[in-house]
Amino acid sequence: MQYMGNMADPILSIRNVSKTFGEFRAVNDVSLDIHAGTITGLIGPNGAGKTTLFNVLTGMLKPTSGTVHLDGQDVTGFAPDALFSLGLGRTFQIPRPFAKMSVLENVMLSPMAQVGERVWGPFLGAAKMRDQEATIRKRAMEVLDFVTLAPLADQAAGQISGGQMKLLELARILMGDPKLILLDEPAAGVNPSLTRTLIEKIEELNRDGKTFVIIEHDMDFVMQHCDPVIALAEGSKVFEGTAEEAQNNPVLLDAYLGAQVE
Amino acid sequence: MIGVISYLVFFATVASILSIAVLGLNLQWGNTGLFNGGVVAFFGAGAYGTLILGGTSQVGQLGGFALPYLLALLGGMVCAGVVAWIVGLLTIRLRHDYLAIATFGVAVAFETVMRNTDALGGAQGIRGFERPLRETLGNGFTYNLAFFAFVLILLIATYLFLERLIQSPFGRLLRAIREDETAAQSLGKSPSRVRLTSFVAGSVIMGLAGGLYATFYAFISPQDVLPILTFQIWAMLIVGGAGNNKGAVMGTFLIWAAWTASGWALSRFAPLEVQLYTGSIQFVLIGFVIVGMLLWRPQGLFPEKLVVSQSARSKNEQ
Ligand SMILES: Nc1ncnc2c1ncn2[C@@H]1O[C@H](COP(=O)(O)OP(=O)(O)OP(=O)(O)O)[C@@H](O)[C@H]1O
Ligand SMILES: [Mg+2]
Repeated sequence: MQYMGNMADPILSIRNVSKTFGEFRAVNDVSLDIHAGTITGLIGPNGAGKTTLFNVLTGMLKPTSGTVHLDGQDVTGFAPDALFSLGLGRTFQIPRPFAKMSVLENVMLSPMAQVGERVWGPFLGAAKMRDQEATIRKRAMEVLDFVTLAPLADQAAGQISGGQMKLLELARILMGDPKLILLDEPAAGVNPSLTRTLIEKIEELNRDGKTFVIIEHDMDFVMQHCDPVIALAEGSKVFEGTAEEAQNNPVLLDAYLGAQVE
Repeated sequence: MIGVISYLVFFATVASILSIAVLGLNLQWGNTGLFNGGVVAFFGAGAYGTLILGGTSQVGQLGGFALPYLLALLGGMVCAGVVAWIVGLLTIRLRHDYLAIATFGVAVAFETVMRNTDALGGAQGIRGFERPLRETLGNGFTYNLAFFAFVLILLIATYLFLERLIQSPFGRLLRAIREDETAAQSLGKSPSRVRLTSFVAGSVIMGLAGGLYATFYAFISPQDVLPILTFQIWAMLIVGGAGNNKGAVMGTFLIWAAWTASGWALSRFAPLEVQLYTGSIQFVLIGFVIVGMLLWRPQGLFPEKLVVSQSARSKNEQ
């Protein structure tokens, strides 16, 4: 494993984060550090609070208590758009394509500070807008090519398969060049060949220095590609260690596999 | 013969004015997914604004600023924009049906305020407005033709403005927010800001339509800003095709023709007892058209087209 950053300076650091819905504690006092250059696997039975934790980290939900630091900056309670511009990208457990837009348009949306995004841009900044559009489109095609979706560029995003939508979500966030990418069950419901593509792309991006946190139920996936592994159960962190340790950890087997079997 | 042409000019003028309002709604609903249930409030703000700013002074009535006409028209649009901005700040967090109900309430309140404020014309409406260039062009057919040309130019300008807008990254942003606000926000966009921009821009366009409408009749009263106009404008957009500007204009001409024709046919052929209810029957018909269209062809006669970022494409195709 190759570390891009300093072990002492985690790229993401969360302390005592809790999220309650009424009486219910979906995330319970979780603290953890994500180090630059890693692919962290986040596992745990259904309803463990994994997605809720992602939602808190990406600003979709405000934590009930606790703090989140991104690259040393306190970002607790920041809005999702602000966090994206700080280099935090995420995909969704159930894909959220812009269904009635083309695949290409989905991807071209992401870049920040587009002149043409202001209402006067297309009129007062037309020349600059055209230049930007040309650049963005070129980059969007490269990114689509990278995730193997280039042939579908002109299709409506609502018409492609679920697996392709997951690749599209990855492409969309790559346009923003995030440092840290949170993937929520990227392989669930995706056919094996697309899953293989996805894994290749993740590893390639990781070699280029991008950090990943991946929620995944497929233990083979986690064991092969994630290190370290963190497990949640009933909102609390119950395990943190290497994939190998995870495989033999009694607490984990109990919490995770136990719940899975019954 | 001149009678028919004269009528056609009259019809086309009103339909073109309404088309502008429908285009404004299309920006809000078709492109951004904002359910504006109070179109008449912004249409009305433009109408009242234009007449108050451009009219002559009347006893007990606000206004008489007698601004040059184009300034008055612009002022009417600004009025509509300011109303929209305030309403938008207060309601923009409301989504979908909540926004619809809130804006509907705003429109009813607007009508009530106008009806009960004597300084704003009260139930009598605003009078004392001189149509621009009337001295030069007279009051007859020439004037109407010239005014139609003026309206047509503004309709075309609005159309081109919006076409350019929705094919730009701004349009892409609107569509993304319409399709999935959460996803758009996770990609760094600020939905509330964009929704407000679109709401105000669409309302300013409705204000322009209102200003033209009031100019055409040289008069506006609370009677002209009843909720039925909101429903008519919605029917025009839904029939034409939300998200498609060409559809919006086509839908307007179609529905306005159907509306006028049904009114004429009812008053001509229906038995006397039925004629008393012409207005109500037309309301019911509009309701049928909206519901029927939503059931059988929700995408409208001219469905939205997939935009494939033309501006970049045409320039950069290898
Ligand atoms: N907005 C909400 N309001 C109330 N309860 C919620 C909300 N979101 C999540 N929960 C509850 O919090 C718990 C954790 O949900 P979460 O989606 O985070 O689980 P998960 O670990 O991602 O599960 P899965 O593997 O099934 O995706 C669940 O019991 C869920 O019902
Ligand atoms: Mg989940």
